[in-house]
Amino acid sequence: MEQSQIPIGMLIQKAVKIRTHILEMVAEAKSGHPGGSLSAVEILVSLYFHKMRVDPKRPDWPDRDRFVLSKGHAAPVLFATLAEKGFIPTSELKTLRKLNSNLQGHPDLRVPGVEFPGGSLGIGLSAAIGMALAGKLDRRDSRVYALLGDGELDEGETWEAAMAAPKFKLDNLTAIVDRNGIQQDGLTEQIMPKEPVGYKWRAFNWHVLEVDGFDFRQIIDALDKAENMRNRPTVIIAHTVKGKGVSFMEWDPAYHGKAPDKDTVRKLVETMR
Amino acid sequence: MRDALAEAILELGTKDRRIVVLGADTSVSIKTSLFGERFPERFFNVGIAESNMIGIASGLALAGKIPVVSTYSAFVPGKCLDQIRNAVAYPNLNVKIVSSHGGLTVGPDGASHQTIEDVAVMRAIPHMHVVIPADAPSARELILKAASTPGPFYMRLSRPNVATVHESTADLEIGKAALLRDGSDVTIVACGIMLSEAMIAAENLSQEGISAEIIDCHTVKPLDNATLGKSAAKTGAVITAEEHNIIGGLGGAVAEALSESRPVRIERVGVRDTFGESGEHSELLVKYGLTSREIAKAARRLVRGQSA
Repeated sequence: MEQSQIPIGMLIQKAVKIRTHILEMVAEAKSGHPGGSLSAVEILVSLYFHKMRVDPKRPDWPDRDRFVLSKGHAAPVLFATLAEKGFIPTSELKTLRKLNSNLQGHPDLRVPGVEFPGGSLGIGLSAAIGMALAGKLDRRDSRVYALLGDGELDEGETWEAAMAAPKFKLDNLTAIVDRNGIQQDGLTEQIMPKEPVGYKWRAFNWHVLEVDGFDFRQIIDALDKAENMRNRPTVIIAHTVKGKGVSFMEWDPAYHGKAPDKDTVRKLVETMR
Repeated sequence: MRDALAEAILELGTKDRRIVVLGADTSVSIKTSLFGERFPERFFNVGIAESNMIGIASGLALAGKIPVVSTYSAFVPGKCLDQIRNAVAYPNLNVKIVSSHGGLTVGPDGASHQTIEDVAVMRAIPHMHVVIPADAPSARELILKAASTPGPFYMRLSRPNVATVHESTADLEIGKAALLRDGSDVTIVACGIMLSEAMIAAENLSQEGISAEIIDCHTVKPLDNATLGKSAAKTGAVITAEEHNIIGGLGGAVAEALSESRPVRIERVGVRDTFGESGEHSELLVKYGLTSREIAKAARRLVRGQSA
């Protein structure tokens, strides 16, 4: 699609709604991971509202594109996006993390549209490889997207998977790294340095692209380039900010796994509208 | 047993295009490479990366395939328990993990390669089936039956050629213990290579006037409580025999079940909470007490009312 045809206005509106949902969900739940959910909003909006072929009426449609949230703690952004897309009612979002809810603390297959139960870090890229291999076997045009956290790059399995995907020539697989610079204990470069991230993936024979993870045009352009690449998987390093959109959360490691209170969220949401 | 695995997956692969096989640099040794030669498109060797292998199997299963994942039992589940728990068992996926070289009988490779805790670990994971075939014919049959039973499986095969104890295998069912020998004084519940030891023990005991019943409890989970309870009620004494730690494996499972449903005296024959060592497999079985002689000794104690 030509860049001029990207419906930027609609995407921005969706991002605002999803950010609002995320804040309200975690405040209602009194726990959860807002920081890494807020950093990934534009990435999920680009996928679900522009790039991916999915049908909320047919979550099991065999030819659908698949999205694996490997950084499963960012479940709020996935659930909020699925709700905005019509997979689940938005009214269900307030049940996040509550007893007997489908919306578990981490993604769960009982939610229509959830493709993988991410949670324990490091597994999602492997599972995405399995889905991509199945797509090739079945001669489907469908694509597989996996969103990884940058902290998750510490996990050895990520690199087992990074080594395997080029072997199998999985050009139907796109990995996206949410490079928000913060993991649970602090700044990623202090806890376990990841740089040079792009070079690492390049050395593993991936097609590497880097984008501003809040710029829809850049994200979508990279997703298009990934789709046009033959015989190699693509990784998009999306430079983001943890807690994006909430000034006191941005760049604060404390908001990796801490929920703001309801009053604060109410005030925030007013300013966002 | 390796031949049984290769035969079973070739048969499955011919019948069902959903069958895919994954290996981790041990597929020549365990002969799953034969599947790769016949169906190269459906065979994936991921190298020495067991975690990735299970994760990929998860994705394949989520996309409708039936992955058969196989390597040495020292590494699956040992190196990928998290992936098995979170990416296979929790979502209740149709992944068949068939680990080879289980127990002590990898012999000279020593303790690092000998698995004596895998059954305990896998048995504690919800949704997981745990199956340990006694011989090659039953291994083949149970692999075929596992492939047609939805859900995750852990099947543990042994390395050495073991005596055949099943004359026919068509009646074998997942979750249904098989009566191999009728008896009245003591029940021997065994799995894996310990079945052939149990058969020898029963033969020797019969010459002493002790009548031993033998049950092949190939499915450790879900456990066939009905068959075990019925036999325990008849004989009043149970011996478990397994190539595994006496903690948490078949012995643990049977003791848990019978202590609730039909409390009887139980003796567990198995590895007594210790690591193994290098040696020929027959030497190891003697040193670690996994023999017909140990089973027979336990039977005599139970029948005479003596303590171990």
